[in-house]
Amino acid sequence: MNRAESSTTAERDRRSPRYVRLKSTAQLHKLMTRYYAYARYMPRLGKKIAWITSGGPVEPLYAAGIIPVYPENHGAICGASRMGPKLAEQAEAMGYSRDVCSYARCDIACAINGGGPIGGLPRPDLLVCCNNICGTVTKWYEVLARHFKVPMVLIDTPYLHDGELTDHALRYVRAQFDDLIVAIENVTRRSFSERRLQKRARLSIECIEAWKRVLGYCEHRPSPISCFDAFAHMFPIVTLRGTKWAIRYYRQLEAEIARRVEDGFGAVPEERYRLLWDNIPIWYDIRGLFKQLAARGACLVADTYTNAWTMDRLDQERTLDSMADVYTSIFLNIGIRRRFEQTAKLARRFNVDGVLIHSNRSCKPYSFGQLDIQRWIRQELGIPALLIEADMTDSRSYSREQVKARLDAFLETLEASA
Amino acid sequence: MSTSDTTLTLGVDLGSTAIKAVLLADGTTVRARRCVPTGYNARQSAEQLVSHLLAEAGVDAGDVACTVATGYGRLYYEAADREVSEITCHARGARFLVPEARTVIDIGGQDSKVIGIADTGRVFDFAMNDKCAAGTGRFLEVMSRALHVPIEQFGELAGASTKQVPISTTCTVFAESEVVGLVARGEALPDIVAAIHRSIASRVATLVKRVGVTVPLIATGGVARNPAAIAALSAELDHPVNVAPTPEYAGALGAARVAAEST
Repeated sequence: MNRAESSTTAERDRRSPRYVRLKSTAQLHKLMTRYYAYARYMPRLGKKIAWITSGGPVEPLYAAGIIPVYPENHGAICGASRMGPKLAEQAEAMGYSRDVCSYARCDIACAINGGGPIGGLPRPDLLVCCNNICGTVTKWYEVLARHFKVPMVLIDTPYLHDGELTDHALRYVRAQFDDLIVAIENVTRRSFSERRLQKRARLSIECIEAWKRVLGYCEHRPSPISCFDAFAHMFPIVTLRGTKWAIRYYRQLEAEIARRVEDGFGAVPEERYRLLWDNIPIWYDIRGLFKQLAARGACLVADTYTNAWTMDRLDQERTLDSMADVYTSIFLNIGIRRRFEQTAKLARRFNVDGVLIHSNRSCKPYSFGQLDIQRWIRQELGIPALLIEADMTDSRSYSREQVKARLDAFLETLEASA
Repeated sequence: MSTSDTTLTLGVDLGSTAIKAVLLADGTTVRARRCVPTGYNARQSAEQLVSHLLAEAGVDAGDVACTVATGYGRLYYEAADREVSEITCHARGARFLVPEARTVIDIGGQDSKVIGIADTGRVFDFAMNDKCAAGTGRFLEVMSRALHVPIEQFGELAGASTKQVPISTTCTVFAESEVVGLVARGEALPDIVAAIHRSIASRVATLVKRVGVTVPLIATGGVARNPAAIAALSAELDHPVNVAPTPEYAGALGAARVAAEST
């Protein structure tokens, strides 16, 4: 009989490991505050704002001096601050179905009614919507375009069923970048500089490399950070990719994590199981899940979500061509077999003992095919995979007790087979 | 009654509908078992149940070497030495009752679960109903109320069905309205009851298929006592589903076994 099973409730409560925050978190919060303050006040000095989807090509915006703002990041903040249900209900009162993505509902509610955890986002001058992450964003951005009466650029990326990017698909996406540049020029009333774009692409590449190194530290045993840290620190790679801010921040974060490795510090004390997470986090219960997993020595060491920003084919010399390739080939725009292969690669690299699959009511493209992926994980990787149902922001679609019961049973199965 | 060389262990299964307790001697012989409705205070009900059980068996609480709690309320039963999830306990309990069991189908009050057991006895996979009462005992309870028919009569009634009527929705609340509609349309009671059982069976069968249909299929949980549910499930899966003896005690029995293994 193993130790975790043979302890009493009281003992377990006492032992329940504490989540040790990275010290850099304070710096991260400053960075976030500074970024949102910057986005809020710079328009007074004539700077333009663009709202952009999380998988959208941001480099041309930075190159043109436009400040990009991410409604999805805003949605995550709404979720983490547990305002999801309240904001979602406002959107539902406007007539949006509960089946619509909760990021969209939260963001639309904030855009129209104002409010939210950070008092809403600064008003956009341009909307850049890339449907490589889902189809919902198209309709969501159309709502925003009608509401703010600003132009919207849609970048349509064909879905890569077998994962292969054909030449005509590449040319199709590449041609739309020209439309994006025209839209940017119309907003800034300045001609677009290719040289500046190359500079931003170089910064993006540097930022992606730094982020890869941060996530790579999870290869260590014990892992110095868990995915919960990765979720908390993904803000710069998403929103500040292409800026020096992000690179500086990740250098500092890397140094701190490297020190943890030197000290033999594990994110989870007594790491016994290494797990992989699939899908967007359950933003409002990150801590609860961490504790439950950590109490049994389980650490999330890799996830398909934060790894989506480790794209490696961006090329500074052929910037726009390589961007068309990179942004069309992202994790959510490829067939499920390819998604499984990428998941398997992560599972092997990070040496995981099991997989937690979040079936996310909001994110349909991320959640479809998960039963097949679960089966392949079991059959081809020989490790167990658990499907849990929730929603990234809307806690009304989450049953903590049920998820807890499943997770406990899953961890017991891992223990029994260890 | 308890002799000094016997090791007594207790398993308490705090389910959503009923609390079950089993007192096991040497991990092999059931000394006593008892069951009460959960009521609004699961902890109190469990404490009373256990004291009655021990009194009945003539055992002092101090003679029990180890107590394991399982089920939804397991965290609230503080007298337990350990708490272990339903999956582990049901698997152990079912294997104790039917040693050759490979797939355990437990239909409980508010969740149903299917557990795949390797021939070594190890749990290799499990599936549970999603956060919805379709395919659980609660579904039957709601329908029993809607039809004003005691749940105990369901099995017999369904057997008298002569015609297939459909229940298309899986949502318990919507299905209730659908059933009310069927009654209003003049459908015969046995046909409606049979349809209710087919609905539950199709939900549970999906879970079984997710884990894999490996015979023998063993049903546990209170709903296993309902022959119509088992017949519908066997038909849906195209394989016989065998009912474990004392199926509602499988979880508590498994908990007592886990307790015995750790003493």
